[in-house]
Amino acid sequence: MEELANLFHGFAVALQPYNIMLMIIGITLGVIIGVLPGLGGANGVAILLPLTFSMPPTSAIIMLSCIYWGALFGGAITSILFNIPGEPWSVATTFDGYPMAQQGRPGEALTAAFTSSFVGALFAVIMITLVAPLVAGFALRFGPAEKFAVYFLAFCSFVGLSKEPPFKTIAAMMMGFALAAVGLDSITGQLRLTFGITELLNGFDFLIAVIGLFGIGEILLTMEEGLAFRGGNAKINLRVVLHTWRELPAYWMTSLRSCLIGCWMGVTPAGATPASFMSYGIAKRLARRGNNFGKGEIEGVIAPETAAHAAGTAALLPMLSLGVPGSPTAAVLLGGLLIWGLQPGPMLFVEQKEFVWGLIASMYLGNLAGLIVVLTCVPIFAAILRVPFGIIAPLILVLCAIGAYSVHNSTFDVMLMLVFGVLGYLLKKCNYPLAPLVLAIVLGDKAEEAFRQSLLGSQGSLGVFFSNGLVSTIMALGLVALFWSAIQEGYSRLRTSMA
Amino acid sequence: MKPSVLSVALAAIAMSCASSTASRAAWEPVRPVEFIVPAGTGGGADQMARTIQGIVTKHNLMKQPMVVINKAGGAGGEGFLDVKTSSGNPHKIIITLSNLFTTPLATGIPFNWKDLTPVAMLALDEFVLWVNAEKPYNSVKDYVDAAKKAPSGSFKMGGTGSKQEDQIITVGIEKAIDAKFTYIPYKGGGEVAVQLVGNHVDSTVNNPIEAVAQWRGGKLRPLCVFDAQPMAYDEPIADGKAWKDIPTCKSQGLAMEYLMLRGIFMSPKATKDQIEYYVELFKKVRATPEWQDFMKSGAFNTTFLAGPDYAKWIEAEEKRHEGLMKEAGFLASAN
Repeated sequence: MEELANLFHGFAVALQPYNIMLMIIGITLGVIIGVLPGLGGANGVAILLPLTFSMPPTSAIIMLSCIYWGALFGGAITSILFNIPGEPWSVATTFDGYPMAQQGRPGEALTAAFTSSFVGALFAVIMITLVAPLVAGFALRFGPAEKFAVYFLAFCSFVGLSKEPPFKTIAAMMMGFALAAVGLDSITGQLRLTFGITELLNGFDFLIAVIGLFGIGEILLTMEEGLAFRGGNAKINLRVVLHTWRELPAYWMTSLRSCLIGCWMGVTPAGATPASFMSYGIAKRLARRGNNFGKGEIEGVIAPETAAHAAGTAALLPMLSLGVPGSPTAAVLLGGLLIWGLQPGPMLFVEQKEFVWGLIASMYLGNLAGLIVVLTCVPIFAAILRVPFGIIAPLILVLCAIGAYSVHNSTFDVMLMLVFGVLGYLLKKCNYPLAPLVLAIVLGDKAEEAFRQSLLGSQGSLGVFFSNGLVSTIMALGLVALFWSAIQEGYSRLRTSMA
Repeated sequence: MKPSVLSVALAAIAMSCASSTASRAAWEPVRPVEFIVPAGTGGGADQMARTIQGIVTKHNLMKQPMVVINKAGGAGGEGFLDVKTSSGNPHKIIITLSNLFTTPLATGIPFNWKDLTPVAMLALDEFVLWVNAEKPYNSVKDYVDAAKKAPSGSFKMGGTGSKQEDQIITVGIEKAIDAKFTYIPYKGGGEVAVQLVGNHVDSTVNNPIEAVAQWRGGKLRPLCVFDAQPMAYDEPIADGKAWKDIPTCKSQGLAMEYLMLRGIFMSPKATKDQIEYYVELFKKVRATPEWQDFMKSGAFNTTFLAGPDYAKWIEAEEKRHEGLMKEAGFLASAN
């Protein structure tokens, strides 16, 4: 019951006029960011993060997380109307959403996408409300060894679950580790890989890397492809919405399954992109009209959108209670928490009750506000895409440069951002995934630190990672995730030989 | 950082008009003052800098805005080098902690406090020996006995940073009681305190402000303070005990003293007028009730020094750190 009282107190915090205003601004900005190709939620949050440093932390995180949800909503708009996924996790939405739009059913597709997003997020928030207090009490058991185990699981799940070949994932991740090693070694207090360059004392800031890799890299790609936006007529009126809503309950099974996949993928820090693909794949295999998938099936929109939004929301739970981000955007938000002096992790739920429950309450309200905003404003947002790329691209570029500069007020960082942009472009051309690289930059030095702290404590014995039930379980899960595809293959081979 | 940059720009425009009419008698800032923190946000130095910024703004102590900027890279080296290279720019001040000495000694970056202009010492931060309240160590003697009885290196001391104040104190304790600890460095004082609550380390030497919440919550127990006399604050904090009731380590047979500088420096080549201006400014800050509340909440030692006394104190302290770090094998050349 104490949790419910906390939640209602949280509603009171989130419903302050100032916070409601930030919520609506955040959703609107987020949708714009989601609509613009090349400017993802992670970039949007990264660029806007410094703007919030002067706000109280609760208000700042409410605004940033609303940008996050807005981006999740917004990504679907361009995917459906123009076949341009504004976000990586809305790639799967294009498979059936775009054919629907071409068949003259854009209203239905958009309504289905937005409503599914809302359902997925709501499911995940309810899960967070019920589970978070449990996680918080249990989190004090996390010493260095347990922390390392969680990081280990995060890295392994990227290797085991992503669609790219595992060796490319590992290569990208190793590059991230190398970049994370630059700067002060916090265990020995020595400088590493700085080559006497003062600017490198601080290491590579992941914000700069993210802005460069995603933002600049995407613009370079778009320029190469000579992409022209073809405007679509995205008129949407209340009748289509109601008509589609009447249809949706028939697909409850798909929704529920996608919610579960999303929550699972969000909590193990795999994120929204694999969740959306996995959910689409399973729906295709299990749905009655599965063979029609790819030709404009509404279920093919519901499945990835529900899972992506559930995962995106659930990703905030490990970030808050364990200090481990479940998605690139959550990783950026984690950086924000540290900047505001909030220590994400075990004590956040104990020491910062108002902050945590204000945030959870804002998840309920933010998503509701988001649904209303996107359903009413779709024609306006779609109009952005009629602006020629030649005008939009420089604007994005300037935004990225400002974002990179304001992290440390340093022009060196702007240069660094451009270098990362070229790197991002090259990696994408060679089909190397960027997410593991960013994950390694963000978590690399933390994982190293936890690993070495554990070994210091155990006087060099690796047994510390299997010294109690908790740490052994997480390590085992990590190993399973790492060898998942091999295990799956072995299992199916075993079945065929048995039959 | 964006709003601060914006306000800096706006204020700069406003003042460029006003400065032409300013009198030349005594120096005053004509541009916004950058207040560098050579440590991360949320730490002790950062909290103090932001408190000062708030006081200056609230009481209108300066006509120009004060902008706090964190430059934590390389254990604060980034911040020190930034001020060092801003020679002759009187609009840049820096708050220092012990990394003023330890960072150049441990990393070998080209910096020494003599590169900067000393302004004033604001306070000294205390260090307290903490243990988990569940443990049976009720006095320094219990603690020392347990540490000596434990197999060499199995007793774990958690602290902030590597080769910085917490580890220097740890080495001091080892020498004083002839025992061997394993020192585990963490990123920040708050995290260190949480690790002690979770029993992942056996003791810490957290500053009062870092651990007071856990003491109040009944999770941690203070054993002694590393100062020559007990702290001055007699308001009860937990179990009817006040900061004043914590005995000094020396009186309990643990001969180690350590206090951390919380002082202000400015860019090289500052004129006498400019130094004078900042000394007066910080005297005004110290007189406000907000500052006194802040001192009380962190149980600070409120010694104030400026001018030659301050420089003499720093010089002695630098020698002491060099000695302590040399003994511990923390010097950059020794690695």
